[in-house]
Amino acid sequence: MSALQSSAASLRRLSTPAILVAVLGVIALITELRGDVVFERVVTVMLINLLLAVALQVFMGNSGLGSFGQYSFVTIGAYATIWFSLTSTQKRVALPDMPREWWLYKQHLGFVPSVLIGAAVATVVGALIGVALVRLRGASFTIATFAFLIVVNRVALQWEEVTRGSRTVIGIPKYTGLWTALTWAAIAVVVAFIFKESPLGLKLRASREDEDAAASLGVNAALMRWVAFVLSVFLSGLAGGLWAHFIQQFSPHNFYLKETFLIVAMLIIGGAGSVSGAVFGAIAVALTSEWLRQIENWVNIQRSTETTIGNMIPFQLVGFTEIIVAVAMISVLIVRPSGLTGGREIVWPAGGLRRRRDRAVVPSEAGSGVGPS
Amino acid sequence: MNDFVQYVISALSLGGLYALMALGLVIVYGILRLVNFAYGELIMVAGYGLLLFGRSPLPWIVVAILSVIAALVAGVVMERVAFRPVRNTSPTTLLITSFAVSNLLQNIALLTISPRPRAPRLPNLFVENVTIGDIRIKIVDVIALVVSLVALAILTIFLRRTIIGLALRAAADDFTMTRLLGVRANIVIASAFAVSGFMAGIVALFWIGRSGQVWPAVGLQPVLIAFIASVLGGMESLKGAVLGGYILGFLTMGLQTWLPQGVNNYRDAVMFGIVILVLVIRPQGLIRPVYLREAR
Repeated sequence: MSALQSSAASLRRLSTPAILVAVLGVIALITELRGDVVFERVVTVMLINLLLAVALQVFMGNSGLGSFGQYSFVTIGAYATIWFSLTSTQKRVALPDMPREWWLYKQHLGFVPSVLIGAAVATVVGALIGVALVRLRGASFTIATFAFLIVVNRVALQWEEVTRGSRTVIGIPKYTGLWTALTWAAIAVVVAFIFKESPLGLKLRASREDEDAAASLGVNAALMRWVAFVLSVFLSGLAGGLWAHFIQQFSPHNFYLKETFLIVAMLIIGGAGSVSGAVFGAIAVALTSEWLRQIENWVNIQRSTETTIGNMIPFQLVGFTEIIVAVAMISVLIVRPSGLTGGREIVWPAGGLRRRRDRAVVPSEAGSGVGPS
Repeated sequence: MNDFVQYVISALSLGGLYALMALGLVIVYGILRLVNFAYGELIMVAGYGLLLFGRSPLPWIVVAILSVIAALVAGVVMERVAFRPVRNTSPTTLLITSFAVSNLLQNIALLTISPRPRAPRLPNLFVENVTIGDIRIKIVDVIALVVSLVALAILTIFLRRTIIGLALRAAADDFTMTRLLGVRANIVIASAFAVSGFMAGIVALFWIGRSGQVWPAVGLQPVLIAFIASVLGGMESLKGAVLGGYILGFLTMGLQTWLPQGVNNYRDAVMFGIVILVLVIRPQGLIRPVYLREAR
């Protein structure tokens, strides 16, 4: 009987990625049916950000350490992707400072291989710096990742041959659409879930709760952290390549603190302890921001056309969306530190409603927010 | 020789400023284990204070004092509203909270004041030079040098000669033990934030005095400098913060003076590379704390 129960329980646990992917699929379908170009843009951006939030969850959720360095790998992923995806002719416009005789200049690959190579380049860098970083814990780790973000940002701003420096790279073809973004986001959700439930993920989560106890059971916490870090970097690099071929023009300024804050906010609001938290945090923050941005635009139009309502508003609305997101994030940190999902995974309900009310949402442990207390 | 004297004065002045920046960060970290990202926004508050009070006919010195008080109050309020409720969580959660607070305050300034830089009223002293022999010195450098030394002296006396200073030093060594001995945690932490705000206010006078402008993200660069200086000197040691600040001041001026421009563009990258290196190789920084806690 207990065997039957446990197999039912593991089946229910597996329902998590299925539900999450289904939710994303439904959102994409609705978007497709609406046929609204602006809305499709919003949802595509949301899916790429969701991929980033899931990537961050892989590391932060399982290790309990905070990383502000994710965008350093998005930067590398984005630039490394266009080194390969652009033809020589396109590079002449997008990266005019790259010497013609370089091997890199003559390379041209398809979209998917390019994105994968971009992610691979980011992963190599991440794997190397990761060796040093995983030795750190607590605030030192976060400061070090933040320092790395600045290092990559400054190098990208100066190294004109490969990034065009602080100027915007332009003329990148649009390859990333709604369904491409959906596919990669879904893959990331499944990968993140598999990692979390794998022996590796379990060991890492054990060391998050109590590193000494885990070590006494033979868990090499630093190694586990490194593996999670590298996986997280790979997914972040992927997002960089996808983003490059979605936004079509960017500079290192597009990969810095504001962007870092948005993804961290998504993860914290949703709940860093679970993949569901990353997914729902990303959806909630993206849709709310979009809605707020529409209000912002409406108000600013009212002001510029000097309507009655417009004249009542003392200042142009800039940064209003960010204020709401920041307030939401601080409130979550204070009131419900494990996020809206409480660090739990969403699962298919077992039995009737009455039984569900008696039980916790999921039989597995409830993640304790961002880190060990 | 003259170049060298000029270099030493500029470096001492910049180093003093950096030391104050680092101190404001370290005094909170030592007690709360909070690396306060929103420290830069205290500098911003003082900057907008200069702008606001500067519109009144008050003499500039009064404007400056009011601005420093504004930053001090902002520090205490920040602690009460945002950090007290999450005080007992992990250092990571604290750091993330301060990141959110920093973004919140910047965007509030963006929304309610202006995204564009504004120029507060500054006394003419800030742009004048004085010539002694054939050495030309910026007066503001000399003032910054003196003020930073005075501020350090005031802080030292405060920490060594007052009861609350004693409590602060004890709490930085071992907060739990200090509380067991009957020191009220709320008072200690609030005064740490008050000191932090005071430092931010003093820093703001000269930092904004140098560029002549204040804008929502004005605090980012100082907070980054404070990170580097305090990591160099040791996050747990007040002496280390001061030492780190002065070293960084000499390093910055030195690189700026003698390094070719092409290499200088990578200065920040190198500096933050060093930060990572120090964190990994010598996490305690140059100066070890008196009482070494277990690594967290």
